[in-house]
Parts: sequence; C-alpha cells; structure tokens
Amino acid sequence: MSPGSDIIIVGAGIVGAACAWECARSGLRTLVLERDFPGGGTTAAGMGHLVVMDDSEAQFALTQYSRRLWSELAPNLPREVEYDACGTLWLAADEQEMAEARRKEKYYTERGVRVEMVDSARLAVLEPNLRSGLAGGVLVTDDAVVYPPSAAHYFLQAAQTFGAKVVSRAEVTSLQPEGSVRLADGTSHAAGRIVVATGPWSPELMPGLPVRKRKGHLVITDRAPGFVRRQIVELGYLKSAHSMDTSSVAFNIQPRVTGQVLIGSSRQFEADDRAVEPAILDRMLRRAVEYLPGLGELSAIRSWTGHRAATPDKLPLIGPSLGSDRIWLATGHEGLGITTSLGTGRLLADQLLGRTPEISATPYLPARFAHGGGTHA
Amino acid sequence: MRKAFQVRVNGKPVAVPPGTVAAAAVALAGETRFRRSPQGTPRGPLCGMGVCMECRVTINGRPHCLSCQTLCEAGMEIHTDA
Amino acid sequence: MRESAFQFDIVIVGAGPAGLAAACAAAESGQRVAVIDNTPWLGGQIWRGEQANPVLPLAREWLPRFLRARVTWLDRTTVIGTGNEGNVRALLAEHPDGPRKIVWNKLILATGARELFLPFPGWTLPGVLGPGGLLSLVKNGWPVAGKKVVVAGTGPLLLAVADGLKQHGANIVCVAEQAARGRVLSLGVQLLRFPAKLAQLAGLKARLAGVSQRYGVWPVRAVGREAVEAVELTDGRKRWTEACDLLACGFHLVPNLELPGLLGCALAHGFVRVNEWQATGAEGIYCAGEATGIGGAEGALLEGRIAGYAAAGQLARARALFAPRAASHRFRAALAGTFRLRPELKSLAAEDTTFCRCEDVAFGRVKAFAHGRAAKLLTRCGMGACQGRTCGAAAKIIFGWEFESVRPPVLPARINSLLAQPKA
Repeated sequence: MSPGSDIIIVGAGIVGAACAWECARSGLRTLVLERDFPGGGTTAAGMGHLVVMDDSEAQFALTQYSRRLWSELAPNLPREVEYDACGTLWLAADEQEMAEARRKEKYYTERGVRVEMVDSARLAVLEPNLRSGLAGGVLVTDDAVVYPPSAAHYFLQAAQTFGAKVVSRAEVTSLQPEGSVRLADGTSHAAGRIVVATGPWSPELMPGLPVRKRKGHLVITDRAPGFVRRQIVELGYLKSAHSMDTSSVAFNIQPRVTGQVLIGSSRQFEADDRAVEPAILDRMLRRAVEYLPGLGELSAIRSWTGHRAATPDKLPLIGPSLGSDRIWLATGHEGLGITTSLGTGRLLADQLLGRTPEISATPYLPARFAHGGGTHA
Repeated sequence: MRKAFQVRVNGKPVAVPPGTVAAAAVALAGETRFRRSPQGTPRGPLCGMGVCMECRVTINGRPHCLSCQTLCEAGMEIHTDA
Repeated sequence: MRESAFQFDIVIVGAGPAGLAAACAAAESGQRVAVIDNTPWLGGQIWRGEQANPVLPLAREWLPRFLRARVTWLDRTTVIGTGNEGNVRALLAEHPDGPRKIVWNKLILATGARELFLPFPGWTLPGVLGPGGLLSLVKNGWPVAGKKVVVAGTGPLLLAVADGLKQHGANIVCVAEQAARGRVLSLGVQLLRFPAKLAQLAGLKARLAGVSQRYGVWPVRAVGREAVEAVELTDGRKRWTEACDLLACGFHLVPNLELPGLLGCALAHGFVRVNEWQATGAEGIYCAGEATGIGGAEGALLEGRIAGYAAAGQLARARALFAPRAASHRFRAALAGTFRLRPELKSLAAEDTTFCRCEDVAFGRVKAFAHGRAAKLLTRCGMGACQGRTCGAAAKIIFGWEFESVRPPVLPARINSLLAQPKA
C-alpha cells in the first residue's frame, strides 16, 4: 500500500501538535492520529510554564531555543492561549539556596538570558504575599506562561492550514517497522515515517522505551487577581525534580490571566492511576502555604492530576528510534513538554528533512540509550 | 422573639430580623447586583442553596462568601462586587 | 494519627428528611451518630424554614424528634473530601472556624438534590432564581411582599413555591408549567393512592385559586437591564410577555452525586445505586433520599430510616419498612414520567446566550464540540466555581454529556481546609 502521508504523528498533545505544524509547513504531508482529543492528555494537566532550565547544558539549550520560539510566536497567539510573559522568580529560602541563585544568575547571564538578582527587600516589593524571612532569589524576566490545551489546538489549526489532517478518537494500537500503524478499529495507515508523540504512554507502543510515568498534582483557586504576579518556584524544586524518591513536592505557583492562582507541584513514580491523593495535596499545599501564608485563605475550586513522561537523563527523545529508521520519537519531555514543544517540532522536522538544526540535536537522540532499549513493538 | 439588628451592605445600614441571610440583607438594601461575571455582566443568586456560586460577596473582609448560606450577625459588613 | 474530636460510629451527610430520619433510626441503637450539613439549618431544602416556623406536618414530627435524639449535629460543615489514614476512614470538611476531620465507621449519604437550570436568553439576569431557591431565600428574609413573581419551569415545586411566596405577600403573576395539562392531571389521579399527598395538593390548589396556572407553557426569554423586568412565555404557538420583578424558573431536580461519586458509589440511571438496605457498592456507605431518586419527603424519610437501621445492624426494623418504601417508589416513578422535559427546552439558548455562567462561555462556543471534555478544556465551560454543577446538568440534558470523575474539593474550600491535619 503506498503511503498517503509522508509523516504520521501519533498523539496530538502539545508536542505532537508542534511537530505536526513544523512538518506540515515544511511541506511534508502530515497525518495526526489522536486516540482521544487534541491536548486532552498530559498537555491538559500541564502548568503551562515556559521556562529556561539549567539542569544540564542540553536542557538549557533546548529550553532557551524553545522559549525564543515562543516569544517570536507570541504576537500571533490568540487570546485563548493566554500567553503572559510574567517571568519566573526562583526563590531562595536561605543562604544555601541564595548561593544556588547566584550560580544560576551567572550561568544565565553568560549565556545571554536576562536575569536579575533579587534580595529580600526587593522580594517583598516584587511579591508582597511571600512570607518574610526569605533570602531572596533570581528573576528570569522573559519566562512566560500559556494555557496548554489552547496552544496545542492553535498549533494543530496552523498545521491544518498547511494541509495536515488531524483525526481524533483514532487509537493507534501497534506500529509496524516498515512504516505503518494499526488502529483499534482494525484499519491501517502507512507513511514514510511514524512519529511517536504519546508522552507517558509511549512504552505501550514501544516496549522497552526508557520512559516512565511521573504523576503530578495541581490545584487551582478562584479569582484572586494580583495575589502573585509571576511564576514563583522554590529553588528546592530542583531537588524534587532530581529526586528518585517515590514522591516529592515543591513550591511552584502561577498567576493565570483570569486572576486564578495555579498551585503545584508534586512528583511520584509508581503511581499510574489518575486519582487525586489527599495526602499528596496536603503536602503540596502545605509547602505552598509555608511560602505564601495568605494562600491558605484562598478558595480552591479544582484539583487534578497528570502524568509526565520521564526519562533517565531528564532529556527528551527526539529523532529516529533504535529499531527502525521509519519509527521516530518525540517524547519523554517530563516537566518541560510545554516549553520545549516548539524546539522539539523544529529539531524533529530538521532531522526528517536533513536540515542543520539551530541547536545540536545530538543530546536528545534516542540512540543515546542504545544499551538500554528503545525497540518497537 | 429576638429583635432586629443592623448590618451594612456596601456601607449602607440595613436593619434585619434574626434568621436573615446575607443575601436577603443585600436585597433589603435594594441592591440587585451581587457580583459581576468575568465579562462584567451583573449576577445575583440563582439556586439559593450554595451550589451555583452566583451569590458570592465579601463578608467581614473575606471574599467569595456564599451569602445565601450565611446568617447575618450584628455589625456584619457585606460588600457586593461593585 | 492525631486524636480527632470528631469520631463517630455512623456519620450522615445531609440534614434533610433522609438524613434526619437516618440519624433518628441509627441513634436508637445507642451508637454514636452525627449529622453533617453545610447550612446553619436543619431540614435540607424541602424543609427550609421549618425549624424556625414549623408548618409542614412531617417536619413538625421529625425536627423535634431529631432534636430529642442523641445525635451530634455538625452544622455549617461542608464535606470537601476524604481524610483517610490507613484503615481509618474520615471525611475532610470545612467549617467557618477551620478544617474538620470526621472519622466514621458507617456513612450514610443524604446529599439530596438541586434544581435543574436550563439556559435561555436573559437567564443570568439578577432576579432570575430557581423556584425552590427563591422560596428558601424568602424564608430567610428576602423581601417579596408586593413583588410581581412569575413562576415557571416544571415540577411539583412550582405550585408549592407559588403557594409559599403568596403566603409571604408576593403577587404571583402566573405559574407556567411546561408539562402538558393532561400529564399533570394524570399524576393527580395517581395521587388517589396517596391520600396525604392528595390532601396537600387540594390545599395548595385552594390557596392558589385565582392565580393563573398554565400548562404546556414555558419561558423563552427574560428581559431587563440590571435585573429582570419581564419574561416572554410561549405555548408553542404564540408568545406573550409578562412584566415581573422576579422570575422563579427551574426544571425540577437533579441529584447531588458529587460526594457519592468521590467515595466510589456506583450509579444506575443517573442516581446512586443502592440495594434493599440502601447500601451502595462502596463498603460501609449507604445512600438515602433524593440522591437515589427524586421522590419527595415521604420516600426520603423511609429510605433514611432503612439506611439508619441497616447501618446500625437493626435489620428487622429496616425490613419492616420495605413495603411502604416500595409504595413510595411507585410514586417516585409516576413523578419522573409526569415532568419529562419537552424537546423545545433544549433549544431555548441562542448562540450568544451564556451557557457556563461561572466562566461566561456562550452556548454557541460550547455546542461546537463533539464531547464535553474537549468543550471544557478549550472554552473553560465547567471549570468555574460551581464546578460544573449548573452548566453540567444542562449539558447532560442538551448534549448528553456525562460528568467526569469527581475530585476534591467536592465544593470550593479554602486551601487551609484541604490540609488533612489541621495546622498546629
């Protein structure tokens, strides 16, 4: 059967959607197959924080590149995407964390990312609702926030203007190495390349893939405009993200354009169910209230969970899979899927078309796990 | 029977008998708008039983209080979302 | 686990007829019983105001009975989630003074029902309320004397509310019931089997003589600038306008399934599924009253008593009530048929009619979606403070969308209340 598409993208989350847009606008005939509806999976649970992170040079490169792409896109984004360049305030509770803040400031400054050191006096001016006694922090001025489902929707609409087809309620159940997918309804589709962009569910299609589910909880409040003005994250967050403990929480809070306050964050391995766990909410909210005492009085209206796609080195998988040059990957973004969706789309399209990417694609190649796994079904 | 007492709605004193809910005090003060929707349209109570969330006002400085479920007390300060 | 001041053998959520009856029955066994309610009053919705001014015969019997029983009443306490720890099961609740953790061994959910609202142009104007909602507020001081009120929608509440409002001095312009007269009349015939109800209805009709009562009539638009000033009604052929100060419009009742859902209770036909003992599928959890089927106070009392006895292990006493409960279920079935919604009610909303009130999402935007979750994520419909109670019930009727699983908080709550252990 001759393929009707050049590319089939499995999964219309924000990463799949960004890939679809890049592929379609580069002239590839693109088909997106989504088992539920676009943006309804991990994307719907994400905080929507567009952030430059410095866990590793490779992570920094991808997030900086992606954040730049977002800011270039910003003027075109419709209101529903709620793009807001409010910045990130990384909080230092004590001198030890302040040293980390200074390290971060130096690191970012050397690489051209605008930052500003903040002492405790300035902290109180920037965010009056933070408790007193914090040491200060570092402000990354050009970080932003978006509403992820609307962003994914926007990317797919853009992809469709370039001829991409998006099919919802089309669940791919298996991949064939010669370049086709079989759906739950028994039909098959073939393409020159298949891109697996199914986030935490990727190992279901490709057993052995080094991607694990990492559960997160979120709570959103009723409208409290001005309660916080920018995304605020404790520097201790990095300990949580690195931790291999079964569960951890960290203070991570975001103002939404509606005036609601979005509260995170938590991480759990070995928790594959979607249920909201009161004990985790307790720990996460307790941590948040420690930093923002007034938060306790705000009205919580919803809580939810999602699963991130975690890889062993905290970098995504972008590029050809190990087993077949027809099966490609765009998955494993853990807590940076929203941010790096755009960079991922570019790197993927560049590799598919043999173009030189703006940043090196090497650190994210699936081949780096050659000893561990990554074979297809 | 216990006697009426005073509350204030948007600063205006209103005498209410015991057993009056804050929502009724707002109506007694002649106000029809309890709050505004996100797009600014006027809203008032709908369900009268604490589930529609349309009757929310600020009571004694605390925002988002369900006025249909809150009994008036002497000196209570009620502010609608003007 | 820290010692909690709130530890009971049998906890009942809801102080309406079902909850009060369950409490009385359970307390007979000598176990420690508590009733939790999020209002300052006993009686739920149907007996609102009865505690202060007892009028209804059943309320006059049961409210004093409850107050005499050895039951702890936890008022102004809103259940928002669970606070289980190990084998100990507890509810997490909010109280004006702070969070509460209430440990239970057996749980009886009597969460009742709420009015169904359907969108139509102008339905968000101040002064448009549910009939039961308006009467509740009036009983708690809302001024209605001399005000012109149109009562519209569907259900047995309409006449009862018109009666109650009239007794408080309202000028009832008309009662507009969407059900056809014939259908409502045949319910009346069925009431011959329930003399008490028939007497109730006869009294209502007598007191409402002179009030215009129309059947097969429904509202199509509410008009006004800052508040409602008039309502446009139709009988399907012609339209006319009635000036009014208040529009009491609601389309019967839907069960409050949020807490049962959070606790793992299965549903059947849109209500909590229970067996003959009023036991749900979730271990140790019973359900009684409107949440198991809209049937009114008598049925709720019977179900509550059965649940209370069953939870307390007094099975013979529970079984003795099975026959009268079966009779009340026959009435319940008759009720459901009578007030079925006519299809026109699903298309009252115009493109620009607000569908999700909390987030101000227009009907035209929502209806473009094939299913509810996509609509919710992309328009925010259902993500507001009412947690989808208002628009979700309408969406179920109009689009057939089912609500998704319930997560805490079951009702909006202060962040402090979600901290399972009260802060030191």
